Amino acid sequence: MTGFAFIWYNLKKSPLSIVGIVIVFIFAMVAIFAPLIAPTPEGHYNPYMIPRAGYSPTPEPPNAEHIFGTTQGQYDILYGVIWGTRTAFQIGISVIGAVLIIGITLGSIAGYFGGIIDEILMRITDIFLAFPALILAMAITIALGPSLTTIMLALIIVSWPSYARLVRGDILSIREEDFIQAARGAGSSNFRIIIRHVLPNSIYPVLIVASLDIGAVVLSAAALSFLGLGVPEGYADWGQMISFSRNWIVGTANNAFAYWYTVVIPGVFIFLFVLGWNLLGDAFRDILDPRLSRR
Amino acid sequence: MALEANIAMDFSTYLIRRLLLLIPVLIGVSILIFAILQFFSPVERAMLFVHSPQQFGRIDEIIEQYGLDDPIWKQYLTWITQIFHGNFGWSQVVGMPTLKAIGTFLPATVELAIFATPLIVLGGIYLGTKAAAHKDSFIDHITRVVAIVGWSLPTFWLGLMLLMVFYGFFSGLFPPERLSTAMNAVVHSAEFTRYTGVNFLDGILNWQWNVTFDALRHLVLPVLTLTVVMIAFIMRLMRSSMLETLGKGYVLTARAKGLPENIVINKHARRNAMIPVLTIAGYLFASIVNGVVITESIFNYKGLGWWAWRAAVTLDIPSILAFALFSGTLFVLTNLVVDLLYARFDPRVRLGASA
Repeated sequence: MTGFAFIWYNLKKSPLSIVGIVIVFIFAMVAIFAPLIAPTPEGHYNPYMIPRAGYSPTPEPPNAEHIFGTTQGQYDILYGVIWGTRTAFQIGISVIGAVLIIGITLGSIAGYFGGIIDEILMRITDIFLAFPALILAMAITIALGPSLTTIMLALIIVSWPSYARLVRGDILSIREEDFIQAARGAGSSNFRIIIRHVLPNSIYPVLIVASLDIGAVVLSAAALSFLGLGVPEGYADWGQMISFSRNWIVGTANNAFAYWYTVVIPGVFIFLFVLGWNLLGDAFRDILDPRLSRR
Repeated sequence: MALEANIAMDFSTYLIRRLLLLIPVLIGVSILIFAILQFFSPVERAMLFVHSPQQFGRIDEIIEQYGLDDPIWKQYLTWITQIFHGNFGWSQVVGMPTLKAIGTFLPATVELAIFATPLIVLGGIYLGTKAAAHKDSFIDHITRVVAIVGWSLPTFWLGLMLLMVFYGFFSGLFPPERLSTAMNAVVHSAEFTRYTGVNFLDGILNWQWNVTFDALRHLVLPVLTLTVVMIAFIMRLMRSSMLETLGKGYVLTARAKGLPENIVINKHARRNAMIPVLTIAGYLFASIVNGVVITESIFNYKGLGWWAWRAAVTLDIPSILAFALFSGTLFVLTNLVVDLLYARFDPRVRLGASA
C-alpha cells in the first residue's frame, strides 16, 4: 500500500482516532464559520475583541441573549469561545509551521554536513533545552512585552531545538544509504541531494507527527495566557477566559456552583481541542512506529 | 578482573567528558539569560544590582557603577561576576534579595515534590505494567483513556475545577495555600523551630501533629493536580516498553521453565522495561517545574512557582531570570546525574558515547 492509503487504512481500524478526527474537524468548522455562529455586532471594530454587555463585575448565568452567560466584566462567553477557536488555530498553526521550517533547515544542515557545523548547532540546542520550556517562554514573553505575537514567538524559540534534533537524527541515519552515495556519485549538488533525496525519505513522518503537536502548543499558549502573560483584556482567547473565572470558583451562600459556567465552558473547549489532536497524534505514532511496520 | 578495571576506567573517562561538556552549556545558559536581559532598559536592569531597598534612590549611580551603558561584552562580565558573588539582584515582588527569596520559597516546592514525584513515578510504573500485562483487557482500556484525558487536561483548569468541586461539596476540607491561619501562627511562634521549612516534617520534628496534619490537608489538591496531569506520560511509556520486553526471548524462557506469571512480570520483564523510564527523568523534572508554576499559582501555594508567577505578572525581572537560571542549572545537573547513572549501570551507553 502507498503511504496515505496505508495510514488511512490503519486510522479506520482505531475508533479513538476516528473520535480525534471528528473533534478536530468540528473545531475547524467552528473556526471557519465563527462569523456565522457568533456574529460580530454592528460597529464593533475588531472581531477578536469580545463584545461586552455592560461593565458589571459579577458574571451573568446563561440566558436567551447570552447562551453561555457572561464572565466578569460582561464579556459574552459564547462569543469568546467561538472566536477563541480561531485564536487557537492561529497559534497552533503559526508556531508549528515556523518551528518546522527552522527545525528542518537547521536539522538537515547539521545532520547532512556533520562535523563542526553539527557540533555547534547541537551545542546551541543544548542551551535552549537546558530550561524547562514554560519557564523560558515566560522569561521571553516578559522581555518582549506580553502580547499574542510574543507568546507565539516565545513558543517558537523554546520548541525549535527538539525538532531540529529530531530531523538531524533521521538524516544521520539515512545519510550513508546507498542511494544517497549514488546521487553523490552522479554529481548532484549538496542542496539537490538534501531536497530531492534526503528530506523526502526522512522527514515526512516527522512532519505528520509534528503537525499533531498543535494541541500541545495551544495548551502551553493557554497556560501562559492564563498566568496573565498574553493577550490584552477582552481578546477572544481560552486561556484568558479561564483566568477570568479564577475569582468565581466559590459560589454564593445558597448555591455553591452559582458561577460554574465561567470555569467549565472555556475549559471544556481547550480540553476537547487538545484531546482531539492528542487522539490523532497517538494513532499516527502507532501507525508510523517502524517497529510495528507494514505487515 | 581485567575487564572490570577496564570498565571502571571507561566510566571515569566518560564522567570527565560529561563534566567538561557541562561547561559550555552552562556558559551558554548564562549568555541566553543575558541576551533576554538586553530587551530591558538600563533602569530596569539596574534592579539586578540592587541588594537593599535603600539603593532605589540612587538608580543612576548604579547604572554608572555597573556600566549599564558599556559595550555588551563588558556588561556580561560585570553581570556574571555579580552572579558568582551570589548577587542576583532585588526581588521587588517579595521585597528581599533574590537569592534569599529562592531560599525562602524552595522548601514549599520541595514539600510539594516530595509527595507528587513518587506518586507520579511509582504510580505510572505500576499502572503501565498492569496495562501491558493485561493488554487489551478492561484495565488496559481504562488506563489508556485516563492517560489520554490526563494528558489533554490543562493543569490550570483541572486545579480550578477541583477547587470548585471541593469548595462546593466539602467546604474547607482541602483548602488552598500552605497552612490555615491558626497553624501559620503556630509555625511562626517562638516555640516552633523551623528545621527544614518543610511544614509537615517540621510538625513531626516539633512534635506538633496538628501542623503536620494541616500541611498534609493543604497538599492534597495540588499533589492530585500535578499527578493526574503527569502520570499519563510515564504510564504510556512504561506500557509500550513493557510490551516490547514481554516479546523478548528471555521472557519466553522464563515462562517456558514454568515460573509463575507474577515473577516473570515483576522480576524479569519490569526491571528491564524500566530503563527507558529512567532516561526521561530529566524530562519529568522539567515538566514538574512547569507544572509547579501553574499549580502553585492556582492554589495560592507560596512556593518557588508562585513566586515566579508573581514576578512574571509584575515584571519583576531579577526574580524571573534568577528562577530561570536556577531551574535551568538544576535541569542540566539532573540530566547529567541521569546519564551518569545510566552509563554506570549500562556499559553499552559508554561505548556508544566514546565511539
